[in-house]
Amino acid sequence: MTVQSYVDAYSAFTRDHGRNPAWLLPVRRAAIERFRERGFPTTHDEDWHFTSVAPIAGAEFAPMAGGGDVDLADLDALSFGQTGWTQLVFVNGRYTPELSSAGTLPRGVEVRSLAAALRDDVPLVRERLGSLAALGHDAFVALNTALFVDGAFVHIPANAIVEYPIHLLFVTDAGAASGVSHPRNLIVTGRNAQATIVESYAAVGDPVYFTNPVTEVAVAENAHITHLRMQRESERAFHVGTTQAHQARHSRYTSFSFATGGALSRMNIYTALAEPGAEVTLNGLYMADGSQHLDHQTRIEHIAPNCTSHEVYKGVLDGAAHAVFNGKVYVHPEAQKTDGKQTNNNLLLSPDAHVDTKPQLEIFADDVKCTHGATVGQLDEVALFYLRSRGLALEEAKTLLTYAFAADVVQRIDDLTVRAGLEALARERFVGPMPASVG
Amino acid sequence: MLEIKDLHAAIGDREILKGISLSVATGEVHAIMGPNGSGKSTLAQVLAGHPGYEVTRGSATYDGEDLLALPPEERAQKGLFLAFQYPVEIPGVTNAYFLRAAFNEIRKSRGQDEIDPMDFRDLVEERLRLVDMDPDMLSRAVNAGFSGGEKKRNEILQMAVLGPRLAILDETDSGLDIDALRVVAHGVNSLRRPDNATIVVTHYQRLLNYIVPDQVHVLAAGRIVRSGGKDLALELEAKGYDWLVDAAPASAPAGVAGAGV
Repeated sequence: MTVQSYVDAYSAFTRDHGRNPAWLLPVRRAAIERFRERGFPTTHDEDWHFTSVAPIAGAEFAPMAGGGDVDLADLDALSFGQTGWTQLVFVNGRYTPELSSAGTLPRGVEVRSLAAALRDDVPLVRERLGSLAALGHDAFVALNTALFVDGAFVHIPANAIVEYPIHLLFVTDAGAASGVSHPRNLIVTGRNAQATIVESYAAVGDPVYFTNPVTEVAVAENAHITHLRMQRESERAFHVGTTQAHQARHSRYTSFSFATGGALSRMNIYTALAEPGAEVTLNGLYMADGSQHLDHQTRIEHIAPNCTSHEVYKGVLDGAAHAVFNGKVYVHPEAQKTDGKQTNNNLLLSPDAHVDTKPQLEIFADDVKCTHGATVGQLDEVALFYLRSRGLALEEAKTLLTYAFAADVVQRIDDLTVRAGLEALARERFVGPMPASVG
Repeated sequence: MLEIKDLHAAIGDREILKGISLSVATGEVHAIMGPNGSGKSTLAQVLAGHPGYEVTRGSATYDGEDLLALPPEERAQKGLFLAFQYPVEIPGVTNAYFLRAAFNEIRKSRGQDEIDPMDFRDLVEERLRLVDMDPDMLSRAVNAGFSGGEKKRNEILQMAVLGPRLAILDETDSGLDIDALRVVAHGVNSLRRPDNATIVVTHYQRLLNYIVPDQVHVLAAGRIVRSGGKDLALELEAKGYDWLVDAAPASAPAGVAGAGV
């Protein structure tokens, strides 16, 4: 039923967006065909075993119209309070220049609206868009490809080193209730480029809506991209997002996924180590309570030999929250000397909180070093007693240990401003503000 | 200051303390010795309020107040301090934060304002010298990646910063080399005042060469089987525990070893 409504939306959309370059239309048409054939995934689909998207598939979401009632004051809480950053703000799915700010960027670095880059038919966009995210693999990626309106295009040319983080901030407001947006981001780098990119999804107010973003990241030879993804949607919202990175020789991709929002959310973080010597770090922290459902799926494809992957995901769950972690590591037959380490630790603060954790190693090479481990536990009684024996009340001791559990992974973030911002968010998630410099 | 009468404590169905009576006055140092499994550490943990133990009989009063009725944090706020045999690692919380949080909780419980952070920094740096620790440790996570000796020194640092009235050192000497032992003992001795008291729980006499006790008590199978002056520790050093343990009314647990250095 609603698959058809997206197909109808597509027909209307292609009439309205005739200014897209001609090459894009067949890509979009193939994507909506794929989506129409396959429909939404169900829990019979292995990749969606623990997460039912029925609440998304069964609801009617109208394409967001853009505009919206968001002002600079609303952004304060969603930014990191820093000057010098380049911040692109998208309201209800569309680039909003009056809320955006340009920081100092090295010559040749482009940070702009993807819709504008398409209007100009930038060659790099034509070459790369859709080349990384596997269109056939996922219904949500197909839907995004068919229907995306806007998003960010970031190009860090060869040898450019961007000092301050680039923030891509997607805000939905109450006026967009019952709407859907499909933000599409393309990040392309040249050799030896370095940058930190923060991609945030958030809301003003508490509306019900659906965000379906896709971000493609091409990390060139010897480039280092740090990519932080912040999912702070309204607690009544739906969010299904996919990040697909592709790594060239000796590149480094450092990803951190921070997810606390949404009624039902799924974060796919995928990378392909395509050439020798590439290194990836996928870290993350998820925190949920109430009846939130929060699902991460990561996939690391070791395609070339001598590549390294590190992964630490941590989760803190209270109330009747349900989290899923599915970490896939595929080591292809050619990927000898692979070094892979994956860890997922979960802290349950309530007897009704629940986590399904599924580390998944598939190794087809014989000379590799791969480990994985997962834990689910409660607060350590001995540590609680230790803190209490020093004068901290039980509740404070619990708060401090919960924060410490989460902070451990946040402290792996190199950028101090981003780290401090995430530490503050992690503290506030359950316990309200705490004094600075805990960690 | 501390008055323990006929104290019985159990973990699950297993009774570990079987009637301990002990009286500690201000200004005194008491040593509690005994073989492994005699209940020494249990006594220390019960006094600090470890929730895993159930007190089944007897009493412990601290400055006339029922100690056993208080949660662990209130015991700490009233000046009781336990130096843990196995200090706990807390990744993600720095020593600086932990020390200040503990210090301020104790002040708040006494109706005092939080200490000025700069004043606190000065206090901590002075106390660090007492235990010969590098100020860099303040920005490290509590005990995380610390060596055994560093952990024990960190316990004494916490004690030095918090300034307890009654300090209980649970096997603080175990695993320390002689230099670290001297540093720890120096820290403890420097903190002795006429209005505080110390209970030193140890398996070995060695520590008592440096921290000289007023009284020595020997625990075996959950009871005090002998009390005496500091010479009793030397006698144990020479003769081991067997002669006392064998004389004890209850059978000693397996694996009882003689004292040695």
